[in-house]
Amino acid sequence: MGNNTKYWKSLDELNETPEFLANKANEFPEPLPSEVFGIESNENSGTNRRDFLKFLGFGIGAAALASCEAPVNKTIPYLVKPEEITPGVANWYASTFSDGYDYCSVLVKTREGRPIKIEGNPLSKITQGGVNARVQGSVLSLYDSNRLRGAVNGKDSSAVSWEDLDKSVVAGLEKAAAEGKTIAILSSTILSPSTHKVIASFAAKYPTTKHVSYDAVSQAAIPEANLKSFGKKVTPSYDFSKAKVIVSFGADFLVNWLSPVEFSKQYSQTRKVSKEKPEMSKHVHFESLLSVTGANADYRFPVQPSLMGSALVQLYNALTGGSLPSGNKVHEEGIKKTADWLNANKGNALVVCGLNDVNAQMIVNEINKHLNSYGSTINLDTPLMTRQGNDMALEALVNEMKEGKVGALITYNCNPAYNTSSMLGFVAAMGKVGLKVSFSGTLNETASQCDFVAPDHHYLESWNDAMPKAGHLSLSQPAIAPLFKTRAAQDSLLRWSGSNSDYQSFLKNVWATEFFPRQSAYADALTFWNKSLHDGVAEISSGTVPAVEKAPAPKAKDAPAPESGSADLSSVASALTSVKGGEFEIVLYEKAAVGDGSSTGHNPWLLEFPDPISKVSWANYITMNPEDMRAKGFGLLERQERIGSKTKLTLGSYTFENDIPVFPLPGQARGTIGLALGYGLKGSKAATHADGVNAFPIVQWVNGMAQYYAAGASVAGETGEFEFACTQQQHTMMGRKIVNETDLQTYKEKAPYDPTTKTGWNIPTLVPTITKDGSHAPKSPDEVTLWDEHPKPGHFWSMAIDLNSCTGCGSCVISCHAENNVPVVGKDQVAKTRDMHWLRIDRYFSSPMNKEKGKAEGLGKVQTYLEMEFPATDNPKVVFQPMMCQHCDNAPCETVCPVLATNHSMEGLNVMTYNRCIGTRYCANNCPFKVRRFNWFNYTGKEKFADLNPTHESNELERMVLNPDVVVRTRGVMEKCSMCIQRIQEGKLEAKKAGTKVEDGKIQTACAQSCPTDAITFGDLHDENSAVAKLYKDERMYKVLDDIGIQPTVFYLTKVRNDEGEVKI
Amino acid sequence: MQKEAAIRQPLILGDNVTCKKISDDIIKPIEGKAPRSWYIAFSIAAVMFLWGIGCLAYTVGVGIGTWGSNNGVDWAWDITNFVWWIGIGHAGTLISAVLLLFRQKWRMAINRSAEAMTIFAVMCAAIFVVLHTGRPWLDYWLFPLPNAFGSLWPNFNSPLLWDVFAVSTYFTVSLVFWYIGLIPDFAMIRDRMVKPGMKKFYKILSFGWSGRVKDWNRFEEVSLVLAGLSTPLVFSVHSIVSMDFATSILPGWHTTIFPPYFVAGAIFSGFAMVQTLLLIMRKVFRLEHYITIKHIEYMNIVIIVTGSMVGVAYLSELFISWYSGVEYEAYAFLNRATGPYMIAYYAMMTCNVISPQLFWFKKIRTNLHLTFILSIVVNIGMWFERFVIIVPTLCRTFIPSTWNMYSPTFVDVGIFIGTIGMFFTFFLLFARFFPVIAQAELKTILKSSSEQAHKQSTSGGHH
Repeated sequence: MGNNTKYWKSLDELNETPEFLANKANEFPEPLPSEVFGIESNENSGTNRRDFLKFLGFGIGAAALASCEAPVNKTIPYLVKPEEITPGVANWYASTFSDGYDYCSVLVKTREGRPIKIEGNPLSKITQGGVNARVQGSVLSLYDSNRLRGAVNGKDSSAVSWEDLDKSVVAGLEKAAAEGKTIAILSSTILSPSTHKVIASFAAKYPTTKHVSYDAVSQAAIPEANLKSFGKKVTPSYDFSKAKVIVSFGADFLVNWLSPVEFSKQYSQTRKVSKEKPEMSKHVHFESLLSVTGANADYRFPVQPSLMGSALVQLYNALTGGSLPSGNKVHEEGIKKTADWLNANKGNALVVCGLNDVNAQMIVNEINKHLNSYGSTINLDTPLMTRQGNDMALEALVNEMKEGKVGALITYNCNPAYNTSSMLGFVAAMGKVGLKVSFSGTLNETASQCDFVAPDHHYLESWNDAMPKAGHLSLSQPAIAPLFKTRAAQDSLLRWSGSNSDYQSFLKNVWATEFFPRQSAYADALTFWNKSLHDGVAEISSGTVPAVEKAPAPKAKDAPAPESGSADLSSVASALTSVKGGEFEIVLYEKAAVGDGSSTGHNPWLLEFPDPISKVSWANYITMNPEDMRAKGFGLLERQERIGSKTKLTLGSYTFENDIPVFPLPGQARGTIGLALGYGLKGSKAATHADGVNAFPIVQWVNGMAQYYAAGASVAGETGEFEFACTQQQHTMMGRKIVNETDLQTYKEKAPYDPTTKTGWNIPTLVPTITKDGSHAPKSPDEVTLWDEHPKPGHFWSMAIDLNSCTGCGSCVISCHAENNVPVVGKDQVAKTRDMHWLRIDRYFSSPMNKEKGKAEGLGKVQTYLEMEFPATDNPKVVFQPMMCQHCDNAPCETVCPVLATNHSMEGLNVMTYNRCIGTRYCANNCPFKVRRFNWFNYTGKEKFADLNPTHESNELERMVLNPDVVVRTRGVMEKCSMCIQRIQEGKLEAKKAGTKVEDGKIQTACAQSCPTDAITFGDLHDENSAVAKLYKDERMYKVLDDIGIQPTVFYLTKVRNDEGEVKI
Repeated sequence: MQKEAAIRQPLILGDNVTCKKISDDIIKPIEGKAPRSWYIAFSIAAVMFLWGIGCLAYTVGVGIGTWGSNNGVDWAWDITNFVWWIGIGHAGTLISAVLLLFRQKWRMAINRSAEAMTIFAVMCAAIFVVLHTGRPWLDYWLFPLPNAFGSLWPNFNSPLLWDVFAVSTYFTVSLVFWYIGLIPDFAMIRDRMVKPGMKKFYKILSFGWSGRVKDWNRFEEVSLVLAGLSTPLVFSVHSIVSMDFATSILPGWHTTIFPPYFVAGAIFSGFAMVQTLLLIMRKVFRLEHYITIKHIEYMNIVIIVTGSMVGVAYLSELFISWYSGVEYEAYAFLNRATGPYMIAYYAMMTCNVISPQLFWFKKIRTNLHLTFILSIVVNIGMWFERFVIIVPTLCRTFIPSTWNMYSPTFVDVGIFIGTIGMFFTFFLLFARFFPVIAQAELKTILKSSSEQAHKQSTSGGHH
């Protein structure tokens, strides 16, 4: 019975209808809802479960593959958006850079709260919108991963809480005070009047406090000499802009001496020539090495340092007809001519001297007195406040330390264990000090010897002020909240002196009570403060100079001459001219980018920046005259050789432990050895990579003054080989018209081009063409082009570079580096000519050989060309030429790219599409200027570059400096100058928002903005009234290599030298 | 069957060479065991090849920064090697296509290996084209493929793009031409093979060739058509390669003489490489009957002619650079001859201009040892020619501040060695498994064959 029981699920099954039978085999007899597949019915679609699994598998596989390709970048939106921040829009804050070496009023560009770029503050009457390379680079030091994250014990670098640190330090200070021992605050020059006040209030609490300031590169002789000559212990302010004749004795005033940005601005005003103002200053330079300033001089005389004093006295004698004892004759004709020029320009002349020697400075004072410079080019009443360090006070302090009389030493913004002379014995003396505290932001040579390190903020995180010159104030404000648990040094001092005030209110109070009354522009203190904070600078009456320290009690052995204006010049002169020379005299100097190294020696941008003169990066090396090197048998690096020699350098009893590379420098006085200061720092990967020697220990200490030269140096023969990371290996122009130059007289008197004689000082490029009737008709290369012109309906961006103003300082190079996220590639890559600088400065020396001479001497072409490759060894003329993408209208790079990765924009720019580039490098080969830069490696990802490259993905801190408007390039991609297209875009958008045309000067490329001599002008050629369009019509205008028909958009203005007439050297 | 002039020396030597003997001789290396020397040579080549693969993998993994190139000398060994290999790849097609059209029968003994050499040389060259880019994985952007980037096409103005087309076309046509020629020979081997595996292998390769008249008819027609197609390619490829240089603006590159000069140079180096290979092969495989002194001499004559053309090109370049009066142009050539790379220049001059002139002496051009040595010298010289064109030019261009020096790294050298290894690896495999002489064609010029056959048949009738 049960066997017949039939169970059924539906009537259809029971009745076995045809539909049921047809569907019986299907898993789902009913059609599935299949809208997801966009298909009407399951049967017809053919998409079944298996297909679904295939889709799923494919989907997962594809997703997995896709995720291999694109890295996940996290973007965290603001939960609460700060009022002043709009993502994508930069905020600018006025601030002040002052590290004891440089001063600069700056504007800080911040994006989403991160400072990413430093630019000059045009409102400053001192720096006038100029910035130098070191200040440009300072933004990177904010994100230096070597910075201390908080207070530490110096010796074992273990962290310590600020409370514990304060307790211990105060206890130590009180103990020292109780014992009557000195509490010394040692600092570099402090420009901040408020900080001086903080120190004063600290001294009030601890009466045994003594504040000593010193400079790593000292100019202490200037105030000392002025004390003797004029009874005023000040460094005067100089005005180069009023000088028609400038004579410098070893003062590298364009990049290093006292206030280089200010002086560059002033100097460039005297060097700009035009048909309206066909006058320029005459610059005569006496120096031992070849400095950037010397390279810009109209006349330059190499002098050994031991003869520098003699040269000075001889100039004095020649000027005044005096007969001071003048030692050996130096450059007789040159000195006579210089004296004639100076005497002819009394009241408009300026003589400066970089020797840190009181006697030399006193002679200079006498010369300037004779020239009536005081009151015109030199102002003693508005003293300059930079480099106010006191060498004698430092020596006295070290002696006190040695005697165990110093109970506590606080070092602020200085690194004496690194940058003082070994003759002082600072490190040993430090051991005898009870309590040692450093404010250093990193664990530097001094801090690591201290008991406590109370790290100061970076200047971009702190409040401060500065008075670089009496009456000129400048304010610093934080552009970012402190990144780490650091504390302003002033706050620490205030806390230790028992004050409850913080430095910000202290500062505000100083401004309200001290400075507000000394101005009349603003009626209330708050407006004055707000306006000053906004502008970054303020002008007040110069009043009495605050905080000029008194000269320490002189010790018997180096008693200075009596304080009067009538010093015995004769004895001064005989002391000056009796300096002994030797086979080799060593001269210590500072480089344009590294300076004294204090805030720059760890900065990869600045270390990779090639020295403007030698073009060597990433090394400290000896420079010698090539002839001296030939005599010694050193490698001369001729004909693009990169491998040079290393040698052992000995000075007296001091021998450098490491062998030092030797680099040939034409123009350097024979018998001299140059060595840069500021290298050999320890601790950072960048400084280790640079691996230079520290030259500070051989700074001489003579009569209580640091002296930066010494006789009696000796070099051994070649002890090894060294590969120089040199960005330029051919030093002469080979007779090509790359830099066009003329002299002032020719410029004034002659037409740029005389078609009848086919001569002139700016001969236009003409292509020989022939007409149908057979006559010759030379035409401009622009007229004979085969190409159709690119349409430029709107703007036509162009750039003018005035070779007369450019001093080669390199501010633009670092500015470009920061603006465009250019990678740092390190020593070995630079040595392979793989530096990534979008903008480089070419430096050419003159050669004693030229084609005419070769012909006259019957040398033959091969020999003539060979000799043209070598620069004049003794006194070559030097030119600098900033070189970047010339944005050719007929760009040769564009036609050869197989994938159209480089194109012409509608605004006359040659643009790169990075993500289209496959890296054939054909464009770079075909670029006549060789300005294209290839990413040979993954500079942002390869392990090797992690140590140096701020754009490297592992450097999360350093990467905060990146400009978010500019993409970071990947491996295998070509890059080059874009003329800051992101800035052009921003400027155009601003104008669009405002409903106006783009105003001339509103858009500035990074290089043009930062140039301290305004040598670079950017603008729209289609705007007839723009500065660049006017310069385009200038008689001095020429384009490099326009004879090959590429039509460069960047153009140069002929260099004019004020050097008619040869002067024998 | 073609008619040969009775007074001409036969192209195949030996009294008792018959069709069967040809088949026997050609199949011997395939059927028999490879000699020890083959295994030794193959091992060396394979190791070199592997070393090159390693260097290439390193380059692709890390970037072409592993090479010696820099931001002034952006091309160096990569493009030098590329042009060198492409040049070598010229002889094969020239021999098989141009000489076919000109009915030069002597080509039949050598065209098969010359074509194989072409294929392998172009493969070596392709390695450099493909991997010299910064991002080789994006090389496909060089082709005008439909894409999702909008209407983004390659730049048809760029000679590099012409290069891509020229080389890929050349490779394709040469490969097809070579393979078509191989079909009857594969069929012959298939028919003789005893081992079933190998028989199957050659069966597949021979595409079902039956040897009917229809097959032969089509074979001949296709060969003729492909010869017609290849002939312009012989001239176009190297002309276009030369345009990579000639259309640029660099002094030393920007010269109109480049296309003919490059073609002549390519044939020159191609024939030299054919000499090098055949001299070994005829010895090892005992093919002296087929690749005779006559062949060697003919090829040496081609080498004198093309070598002299190259020499004239060098001299006219120098003359024009002086005559132009253009500063940069004049200096570029002066720099080649007197600059820091003058050794390369004189190596090029000696090897390419002077050494082939020795072939004017019949004694030298019929001397196998000297021919072998000179053929290698010529290829060394041709490598230096490409190096001289590329590196010293780029080292010193318009702006003196950018002048610099170049030196190769071990990777540069390794990749070059690797391509040589790859070339010989493939060639040795070819010699072992493929008919190295186009036996089907060769049989058509067996002058004595019908007479001998007749003799044999009549003498056989007596028995």
